[in-house]
Amino acid sequence: MSVIQVNGLSKHFGTLKAVDQLDFSVTQGEVFGFLGQNGSGKSTTIRMLLSLIHPTSGSIELFGKPLNKCRDEILEEVGAIIERPDLYPYLTAKEHLQLFAKLRNKHVGATSINDTLLKVGLADRAKDKVQTFSLGMKQRLGIAIALLHNPSLIILDEPTNGLDPQGISDIRNLIKQLAKQEGKTVLVSSHLLSEIEQMATQIMIIHKGKKVADGPIQKLLDPNKMIVHIKTTNDAQTLQVILSGSFSNYLLQRNDGIYLRLPDYEIPLLNTFLVNAGVGLVGVETRNSLEDYFLQVTSTII
Amino acid sequence: MKAIISIELYKIFRRSRTYIAFGAIAALILIIQLGLKMDGQSYASFLMKDINDTLTVDGKVLNGYLICYILLQLLLVHVPLLVALIAADMISGEANLGTLRLLFTTPYSRTQLVMGKFIAASIYTIVLLIWLAFLALFVSMWIFGTDDLFLLKSNYVVLIQEKDVLWRYVGAFVFASFALLTVTSLGFLMSSISNNSIGPIVGTMSAIVFFTILSTLNIPLFAAIKPYLFTTHMNNWKEFFDIKVNENNEAIYGSILNVAKIKTSIIVLTAHIILFVSAAIIITKRKDILS
Repeated sequence: MSVIQVNGLSKHFGTLKAVDQLDFSVTQGEVFGFLGQNGSGKSTTIRMLLSLIHPTSGSIELFGKPLNKCRDEILEEVGAIIERPDLYPYLTAKEHLQLFAKLRNKHVGATSINDTLLKVGLADRAKDKVQTFSLGMKQRLGIAIALLHNPSLIILDEPTNGLDPQGISDIRNLIKQLAKQEGKTVLVSSHLLSEIEQMATQIMIIHKGKKVADGPIQKLLDPNKMIVHIKTTNDAQTLQVILSGSFSNYLLQRNDGIYLRLPDYEIPLLNTFLVNAGVGLVGVETRNSLEDYFLQVTSTII
Repeated sequence: MKAIISIELYKIFRRSRTYIAFGAIAALILIIQLGLKMDGQSYASFLMKDINDTLTVDGKVLNGYLICYILLQLLLVHVPLLVALIAADMISGEANLGTLRLLFTTPYSRTQLVMGKFIAASIYTIVLLIWLAFLALFVSMWIFGTDDLFLLKSNYVVLIQEKDVLWRYVGAFVFASFALLTVTSLGFLMSSISNNSIGPIVGTMSAIVFFTILSTLNIPLFAAIKPYLFTTHMNNWKEFFDIKVNENNEAIYGSILNVAKIKTSIIVLTAHIILFVSAAIIITKRKDILS
């Protein structure tokens, strides 16, 4: 069952097409990694999913219901943090949870509030005002607010912002646990691609408002195709050599070196080709990470 | 809706800024009361110096009722500014803080959230007015005692019997609540337009000053619009203290000279409240939350 179904979604700010004809769906129990560079339209899309921004065109359905018609009913089942964990500085962590429990019409007892604070590692700071919190602690409290009413869909926009390595690991485990053990659907955007790689089952990459890739992460990161970084004494000459041969089809446009994406069995052939062409080869580095894939699809292929 | 109102009130009264208005009103009133207590007789003599030859007034001129009237004249110009401090921050303050997006992703419509906020801001305004009434009227009555209310208008004097005064103050404060709720709604409208806290507060204050100037200027060009400006009507609480007289020029007990003027003012102020709040709702509903 599709928990999120987006069709032809666009948002224009004047002449700027922040989101342009976006289509995607997220099924129940999935951890959906939503990736894109700064300004690619991720946050605008997330805000449209939460009814904070009105789409210019297109449709959004959550839980099979149109968002524009069933907004209030839908949002009962959604918990979210959006970009920064902005909270009321003059209220304590506990007061925040009490306040949002009341707004959600949920009779959340003191035990549930304490449990939620414990889950995000803030139990010992429950009575402290938020103005004394670090960015990471605010982020944890934001996540606690998103989880408090036990939503079916959790939308987390940059949830690891400001967290230390332990905090990042905790949140990653929490997200995985929510999906696996509680069957919740999680849409998560992050700049930490390695984190997304470790927790997401599906990903979508958008670039300049358009979808450039989506699918199961295992399929996108095809183990048979590797990213190869060639280090030479003369990159300009090497580039000419590659462009003149059959390996030019595998060339990726990157401004930080010469990169190719090719089947792993072709790597020795490439090595031989370059040596025979007299390229001063310093090294050949192979990788197959989400970061490389991300950089590949958000760059223009020559 | 009840949940939104109680949460908004909770947020209002948890902020230290809220108490600035209560503190400012208390400080101003107590200073004036202290000054009049210490040197009130010379002030009363100054007031009466022009009419002492033609009129003899028995009893205590400088009593709690007169003090309250003096205080209201002074403060009802400034209280709107204190009201704006909170009302104009209700939506824009949250936009500035970034918490508006948290609120707007709860399962309440924006109309409900804006109405809840407006009602909470209105309750704050009424509580502030009750505080003002308590200090200006009841504390003055306690310090200075009560007697007939003697008022010097521009070209006539009004003498209201002691037992005919208190209900007039109740009426004046109820009227003042309409005037201050108009300011609250104006602040609210300004708040819906902006994403920062300072702009709407300054905007509300500027609008009040601007329209007050238009209302007071006797320039024919503005004569046509003056009856429709809220600032023209905000000071009409004074109408409760203009009394009808019989053919012997004796005050008619329990009467008000111009009831129609009060009614018209309340209608104009209510219309402004509805207009400003409706506009705030429409603007907020259409707004993209980018903060």
